[in-house]
Amino acid sequence: MNFKDEFLGTWTLLKKELLRFWRVVFQTVAAPVITAVLYLLIFSHVLANHVKVYDNVNYTAFLIPGLIMMSLLQNAFANSSSSLIQSKVMGNIVFILLTPITYLQFFLAFLIASIVRGVFVGTCIYLFALLFVDLPMLHPWIIFGFAIIGGALLGTFGIIAGIWAHRFDQMAAFQNFVIMPLSFLSGVFYSIHSLPPFWQKLSQLNPFFYMIDGFRYGFFGQSDVAPLLSLSIVTAVFIVLASITLGMLKSGYKLRG
Amino acid sequence: MKKAIVFNKVKKNFGKLEALKGIDLTIDEGEFFALLGPNGAGKSTLINILAGLMKPTSGSIKVMGHDVIVDYQNARRSLGIVPQELVFDPFFNVREMLRFQAGYFGKGRENDDWIDEVIEGLDLQDKANTNMRMLSGGMKRRALIAQALVHKPPVIILDEPTAGVDVELRKKLWQFIKKLNQKGHTIVLTTHYLEEAETLCSRVAMMDQGKVVALDKTRNLLKRFSAKNLNLRLDLQDKKIPASIQRLIQMTDQNFVTFLLKDITEVEFIISELKKSKIAILDMELKNSDLENVFLKLTGSKK
Repeated sequence: MNFKDEFLGTWTLLKKELLRFWRVVFQTVAAPVITAVLYLLIFSHVLANHVKVYDNVNYTAFLIPGLIMMSLLQNAFANSSSSLIQSKVMGNIVFILLTPITYLQFFLAFLIASIVRGVFVGTCIYLFALLFVDLPMLHPWIIFGFAIIGGALLGTFGIIAGIWAHRFDQMAAFQNFVIMPLSFLSGVFYSIHSLPPFWQKLSQLNPFFYMIDGFRYGFFGQSDVAPLLSLSIVTAVFIVLASITLGMLKSGYKLRG
Repeated sequence: MKKAIVFNKVKKNFGKLEALKGIDLTIDEGEFFALLGPNGAGKSTLINILAGLMKPTSGSIKVMGHDVIVDYQNARRSLGIVPQELVFDPFFNVREMLRFQAGYFGKGRENDDWIDEVIEGLDLQDKANTNMRMLSGGMKRRALIAQALVHKPPVIILDEPTAGVDVELRKKLWQFIKKLNQKGHTIVLTTHYLEEAETLCSRVAMMDQGKVVALDKTRNLLKRFSAKNLNLRLDLQDKKIPASIQRLIQMTDQNFVTFLLKDITEVEFIISELKKSKIAILDMELKNSDLENVFLKLTGSKK
């Protein structure tokens, strides 16, 4: 075993994962982009004159970073989780398990593929949004940083879900009872300061909130929480999830009986 | 002689069920080896542990000298496994799948010539750019075999490779696999089709209930249990086979009765006893003992 072989192995698995979603790009990219644009049209139309979150930022502009991040997170999760559950149900996961690919290579390939899909969907939404509104980009590096760490966090979470679930309905439960509530109770559509105290507290336990808030800071230079704090919290959550995932993969949990 | 696979006291429990009760088995390099046994004997469990898809409860396995747990990367490099189920990835065509599979083993473009060779050897040229989903069962089976060979493994494991494959294709597959064996690859196959093991394999291990119950050269096994089979189709109606010849029966299936003969003179005896009981013989066939017989004797099962 040498470095070149391991690099090629990881790259091949990554390439396969990327190609997998690219083959069904209509479902994996076009669909979430259209959904986000619909949210944008409807919410900005209905709420534009009722909600004012930050001075100097109109509601439509406020909404866009949240929608981008929400879609990025959901698609990063969807990529690793659906790939794994499909391979498990179809049985073709053995083609990976029979090879010398290590648990670390496995993790990296699925992780990076998830980030790429999430960021790609996010970028498409951003480009569409530019048709509707002028969007500042005060701190591009913060935007980029939150996009990557957010995609990584949800990609990792997707690996956990994909390994844990062994039927499609269990995966759907994960989507509907974990991912959806977390993404909607995260301040995509509002500032959490506008919430009653109880919901404010609850939102502060939601890692999605910090990802969206920090990401939004990158555009407007304004946020509910200091971006560095958000970044620290998100990174910590990522490290915890990544450790769990690596532990699962290393032990062969639910993959190698 | 170098050892291709060494199983050392391999045990596997599923809860209280002892699926493997301590398998000791050595397969030499270059062998064409068969692992036989009824469903539930533990063959697939053994293969899964060998492949790293399961962990043994205790014991160890080495492939070409590499432990399948400690040195799993080199062990897996040495192994090409054709799974029993017709699994496939619906997103890709045959050639893409093969390139990916080679890539997982660290083989890049330099390996494309070998992939072409495998595709040709398995008669998959026309289907190389066809999506896996669109292939017939037989074609999927070939693609699976091709997938197991992309990294040129010295040891090739075929788990029930001909289940559900038509006769024509079965012949082609065996030709191809025999050629690989002649080139020096070690071949291990598990099968229900005893006649396949009989014609192809130089050595046979028979498993039953998690144990190896026989291990020998195929021809020795056949010799050791040499006997003839008398297959009769009888017009039994309500009559019973006379007690005097009951003990010679190996198995019955409605009107079909198989007698196991140690001596050819017993044929006469059986026929005369049947005549006495007024049981008419509708059809008759005399066969040499085959692995099926050996197998039934060893496992003591009667169908």
